[in-house]
Amino acid sequence: MIDILIIGSGGAGLSAALEAKKNGANVLVVSKTYPTQSQTCQAQGGINGVLSLKNNGDCIENHIKDTLKSAHGLGDEEAINFMCKESENTISWLDNLGVPFSRDEENNIAQRSLGGASNPRACYSSDYTGLKILHTLYDKCLQENIEFLNEHMLLNFIIEEQCIKGITALDIATTKVKQLLAKKVIIATGGYGGLYHGFTTNSSATTGDSIAIALKCGIELSNMEYVQFHPTALKKSFVLMSESARGEGGYLVTKDGTRFVDELLPRDVVARAIIEKMQEGEEVFLDLRHLGVQKIKQAMPQEYDLALEFAKKRLDTDLLPIMPAAHYTMGGIDTDMYGKTSIKNLYAIGECSSNGVHGANRLGGNSLLEIITFGRLCSNNVLSTLNGTTIEQKEYFTYQEDIKNIDTILSLPNEIDFYNIKKLLGVEFYKNVGLFRTKEKLETTLKKVQQWKGQLPKMGVTDKSKKYNTNLLEFIEFSNMLQLSEVVILSALKREESRGAHYRSDYPHEVKSFAKKIVSKNKKTLQVEFI
Amino acid sequence: MKLIICNKEYIIDDNKIKRDSLLSILTYIKTKLDNTLSFRSGCRSGVCGSCAIRVNGVEKLACKTHLEDGDIVEPLKNTTIIKDLVVDISSQALCIKKAKANLEEKSNQTITSLDQKNIDLQSNCILCNSCYSSCPVFEVNKEFIGPFALTRAYRYVNDKKEDNIQAKIDTVQKDGIWDCTLCGNCNMVCPERIDIKNDIMMLRNKSAQMGYSDPNIGSFDGGFNTNMDFGFNPNGF
Repeated sequence: MIDILIIGSGGAGLSAALEAKKNGANVLVVSKTYPTQSQTCQAQGGINGVLSLKNNGDCIENHIKDTLKSAHGLGDEEAINFMCKESENTISWLDNLGVPFSRDEENNIAQRSLGGASNPRACYSSDYTGLKILHTLYDKCLQENIEFLNEHMLLNFIIEEQCIKGITALDIATTKVKQLLAKKVIIATGGYGGLYHGFTTNSSATTGDSIAIALKCGIELSNMEYVQFHPTALKKSFVLMSESARGEGGYLVTKDGTRFVDELLPRDVVARAIIEKMQEGEEVFLDLRHLGVQKIKQAMPQEYDLALEFAKKRLDTDLLPIMPAAHYTMGGIDTDMYGKTSIKNLYAIGECSSNGVHGANRLGGNSLLEIITFGRLCSNNVLSTLNGTTIEQKEYFTYQEDIKNIDTILSLPNEIDFYNIKKLLGVEFYKNVGLFRTKEKLETTLKKVQQWKGQLPKMGVTDKSKKYNTNLLEFIEFSNMLQLSEVVILSALKREESRGAHYRSDYPHEVKSFAKKIVSKNKKTLQVEFI
Repeated sequence: MKLIICNKEYIIDDNKIKRDSLLSILTYIKTKLDNTLSFRSGCRSGVCGSCAIRVNGVEKLACKTHLEDGDIVEPLKNTTIIKDLVVDISSQALCIKKAKANLEEKSNQTITSLDQKNIDLQSNCILCNSCYSSCPVFEVNKEFIGPFALTRAYRYVNDKKEDNIQAKIDTVQKDGIWDCTLCGNCNMVCPERIDIKNDIMMLRNKSAQMGYSDPNIGSFDGGFNTNMDFGFNPNGF
C-alpha cells in the first residue's frame, strides 16, 4: 500500500518525496514527464534566503516585508513568516544535498539582487539555479530508491465522502488507465501558464491539469485571476531571459537607447511599462552591452547562449528584442501553509497550490524557496497523520468511468480542430486576459471560451492508436485548459480593482475592501466569490 | 523543401524551414499535417532535455536546431523506439544509480568559488540522452555506465562536499571508465558542451591515484580490446 502518492516531479514533488522517504514512508511519485523535464529546470535567477553568516544588512524582517509588499494585501502572513524564517534552513538543506551554489569572495553562498527585493538575497548557481536544484534532488531521490511512475498523466482524484482514496492516471505509452490508491495524496503538478499558449515562458506541459481536475471534483481554488508576466522574454520565441540580467545591471531601452523604467521594480510594473511603450509603436530591448563580455559570460552564461541560439544576438554587442510573457500563476488549489485542501488527506504544494505566500504577485526568487520549503513542510506534516489511515482495496467507480471516458474521447468526431482553438485561446488570453484587462475584453474572451467548451464534444483526436498517443494527451490537456480559462476570466471580472499582477484599466486603483481572496468552487454550477 | 522524418517525407514551405526551429516544424506537422506524429518536447529553450533527436545521424535538441532541404530526422539510437521520435529513456535512472552519482557523505570542507566552478559545467547536464545515443560502447554493451552518468559521477568525485570519493571510484571500474574508447562522440553531441571524455580521463587519473589500473593494459593484445570493433570513427580520433 502506498502511504504517500506524489503527483508531479518538480522541485516541490521531489522535496516532499525525499522527506517522506527519509521518515520511512512508502512513496510513489507519478509524473506526466520525466522528473528532470519539469518546469523547475527553467528557473534561472535564484532562490531567496537570508543567510545569518553574511553581514550584508539583510534580515528576515526585510524579506517578510518585501514579500508582503509584493503580495499587495493578499498575502498570508503566517505562511510568509514561515517561509522567510525557514529560508536559511531550506538553502542549507539544498547545499547539503549537493546543490552547487555559487560562492562569493568570503566563500559564502553568493547572492544577487532580483526585482522588488530590498537586499541582494537570491542565492544562485550561475544562472542554472533551478536546473541544478532539480537534478541534485533527482540524484538524491534515485539514491534513496524512491519509486517513480513517469509519463503517467493524472486523470482524476478518487474521492469518497470528502476523503481522497487515490487517483486514476493515464499511462501515456500504452493509453491504459490505472488506478493508484494511497493513504495520502500530494499534488505538485505546477501552474497554468499554458493558457497563454504561444505567449508564455512555461513548458508546454504546464497546462494546469490537476487544478482543472480539482475544480471538477469540487475542490476549492483561489486567486485564479493572478498571473505574473515576466518582463523579458525573447520576442517571437518567448524564451525566458532571467531577471538576473536586470539584477546584474541590465537596462531596458527603446531603439534609441533611452531607458524608460526602473528595471528592478516589481515584474508587473516593469511588464506594463514595456507594453505601454510597445503600444506607442516602440520596440523594447534588453541592453547588457555596458556590462562587458566577461561579466556577462561569468554571471549569465545561460542567458548569453540563449540570446545567441534563439535570437541570434550577442549580449555584449547587440540590443536584444524582448516582450513580456506569461510566466507564473499565483492562483491554484486553495490550501493552508501545510498544503491542506478542502478534501481530507489531499494536499497541494508548489505552483499548483494557492497558499497565500505570493498573494497578488510573486517576488523573484520566492518560487524556488516556496516549492522546497513547503514541499518539505507538507510532507512532514502528512507523515505525522499517516497512522490510522486505511484505504479499501477495490475497483473504484471513478476508475471504471475513466476507462470509458478515454474510449469516448477516442471516438469523438473531430469535426473541429482543437489545435486551432488552442492557438486562438493563447492569443485571446494574451490580448484580453493579460497585463491590461477590462470588463469588455474579459467578457469577449469569456464568451469565446464558453462557446469552445460547448464545442468540445465536436472536437477530439484523429490519432486513435493506443501507443504513445500525444494527440490524445494534448486533447485532454486542452480540455483542462478550457475549464481553467473560464475560472480565470470570471475571477478577473469579479475583481473590479487593480491589485498586484491583476490590472484593470477600467478600475485602475486598489480598493481596500477587496483585500481578500476570490475562491472558485464547482457546486453544481461554478461559483466565484470573495471570501 | 523536403524533410524526411521517421522515414516519412514531408514538404514544408522554404521560409518556414529557414525561419523556424526543428521543434516548431515538428509542432507544425503534428498540428496541421499529421496528428499522429509523436515526439517529446517541453521548455523550448534547451534546458529540459526532452526533445533530443538525430538529424542526419547526429544527435541534436530539436528546439535549438534549424534544418536544410533533404534533412533526415530520426529518433535517438541505442534504445527502443516507442513511437516515431519517442524512445525509451527509462534506463537513465539505472545508469545514475549504477554510477552512484549523488552526494554520499557530506564533508565539512569550505567551498570556494573555484571549487564550485570546478563542477559547474558537469552539473549543467540536462539528461537529454544524446551522449548515450552517440556512444559506440553503449551500442555493444548495454551494461556500460555510459557518458552522462560517468560525467555525473565525476561531478560528485570532484565536489569538495563529498567525503566518500572511494565508493564512487570503486563503482565506476566495472563497465565504466576503462570500457570507454575515448572516441569523443559524446563531446561532439553534448548540447551543454560538457567535456565528457575529459571527465572520464580525470576519473581514470583519480582511479590510478587510488591504486586501480587499466584492466586492458598488459593483456595479450597490448591494450586494445580487439573483440570490440567499432568500425569507422567519424571524428578521426
